Amino acid sequence: MSRMEIRVTISSDQDIVLARQKGRSLALELGFSSGDATLIATAISELARNIVSYARNGLIILKDIQGSNRVGIAVTATDEGPGIPDVGQALRDGFSTSGSLGLGLPGVRRLMDEFEIVSRPGQGTNVGVKKWRP
Amino acid sequence: MEVPILKQGAVLIATFQAALSDADLNQLRSALVQQVVRFRSRGVIVDVTAMDVMDSFASRTLREIAHMIRLRGAETVIVGIQPEVAFAMVQLGLTLEGVATALDLEEGLAYLNQKFKTMK
Repeated sequence: MSRMEIRVTISSDQDIVLARQKGRSLALELGFSSGDATLIATAISELARNIVSYARNGLIILKDIQGSNRVGIAVTATDEGPGIPDVGQALRDGFSTSGSLGLGLPGVRRLMDEFEIVSRPGQGTNVGVKKWRP
Repeated sequence: MEVPILKQGAVLIATFQAALSDADLNQLRSALVQQVVRFRSRGVIVDVTAMDVMDSFASRTLREIAHMIRLRGAETVIVGIQPEVAFAMVQLGLTLEGVATALDLEEGLAYLNQKFKTMK
């Protein structure tokens, strides 16, 4: 069960900074090293940036997760934007439609341990990522 | 949050703070290019020691700054990328190709001074 849940509404570039700061604090609170907290904060920055660039508005939810004998952090990025027509293509390195985030999603996948994406054209995108404390 | 730019001889030094928004980075890019023109600077040092996250936007802006300043005939060097930040950048697939980097301010100044000598 999750004990902490932090919701950050994303609608401007200032919110990107806020979301990654909150993510770093939560990661440190959960006992992640400063290096891992940097990886997590960087992933959050990219996910929040996708929201601002493609959907304009959305939500980042940060929470702690408990495995059988491990602790981790889960980050969910949700928006009701245009969606991604070809998710497979968006997950390949070098793909970009806005010219700024060709590395966004594949990079985020490399930064984190688990990665899930659901996107429906015209309805929005939901990206869920997790990182476990080593 | 505005980034302070110091002028030291022919070199401008911009020191990044931890939490820079995209708007701050864009503002810095314009301010730096304007000041390089105004002071006829020959070198720029961008000190990112305090930056805790270098995402795709920040590294693209740094590349743009360096390339714009090169078109003015001056040199840019990025100093102080923290080891953790460097690790995250590599994982994310970000490179600062074509941009000079150095360990810290001192090394950055030494790099520029060396460049100035060969430019003469």
